[in-house]
Amino acid sequence: MELNDIIKEENLVLKKSRLLTDNVMHYCPGCTHGVVHKLIAEVIEELGIQEETIGVSPVGCSVFAYNYIDIDWAEAAHGRAPALATAISRLHPEKYVFTYQGDGDLASIGCAEIMHACNRGENIVVVFINNAIYGMTGGQMAPTTLLGQVTSTTPYGRDAKLNGFPMKITELLAQLDGTCYVTRQSADTPAAVRKTKNALKKAFQNTRLKKGLSFVEVVGTCNSGWKMSPVDANKWMRDNMFKKYPLGDIKDV
Amino acid sequence: MAKFRGAIVVDTEHCKGCNLCVVACPTHTLALHHDVNGKGYHYSYMQNPEACIGCASCGLVCPDSVITVYKAEIK
Repeated sequence: MELNDIIKEENLVLKKSRLLTDNVMHYCPGCTHGVVHKLIAEVIEELGIQEETIGVSPVGCSVFAYNYIDIDWAEAAHGRAPALATAISRLHPEKYVFTYQGDGDLASIGCAEIMHACNRGENIVVVFINNAIYGMTGGQMAPTTLLGQVTSTTPYGRDAKLNGFPMKITELLAQLDGTCYVTRQSADTPAAVRKTKNALKKAFQNTRLKKGLSFVEVVGTCNSGWKMSPVDANKWMRDNMFKKYPLGDIKDV
Repeated sequence: MAKFRGAIVVDTEHCKGCNLCVVACPTHTLALHHDVNGKGYHYSYMQNPEACIGCASCGLVCPDSVITVYKAEIK
């Protein structure tokens, strides 16, 4: 069987989602953002809600998310994506509104906004990428940075006495009654990617059912910030991040 | 003998050579090419095309969605 016999339209298994634009993503090679962008595009395409979905992009590496997925977008001030999403979702209750935020944006600068959006139970989806570092600004310590982890502002490793402890924001948010679905996933292996896609799909379906706020954390890598190759970064994440941030559903009502 | 044969097509100009697909491939089909693309990245390619089973693991983990996967039954 020759390759030309296999590469035919009827044998197609997987191709780039129609919703992903032709723009080359500015992310570093091996960045988790690319995988999650792809999954969001695939979920929106499969649910057939391209015209009804509005994304809110954050400040951080994913600030240009609006260049890559062909839906309506708004750009929020740093950390304020849940506040903007609240406004959009209340003005357009029939739309699917989601925010896409990193750990510096959501857990540090926007901590108050996400807490109160979750507490109010806004009918939105929050996608939270946790890579334990401020990626865009040069790898500074974030609230989620692990103890002992070396970053550009903690060159001797994070010290609990000086810098406090890593913040498990997803567990905190799961305690609030406004959230209907809180989960933590990853995107390092094909199996993990499939699980994350299912979690995202469920989150968007919760919006359809008007159940409240769905929160999907994706534990990701920042190989440039961590100063590793993409493959080593995935291994480091499995060995260290998953101990502090165990995967799985935390709340599902 | 495998019942399925697979094949992938890589958009080599947009591949960033992150190596994640090479590691994810269960049949060791993929490798990074000795040559580089326009941006200087060693792009992914099928070093061992006979081994491909079309499982799409490479395409799932690819952050830049440059891999298209095909799969055909051996008749």
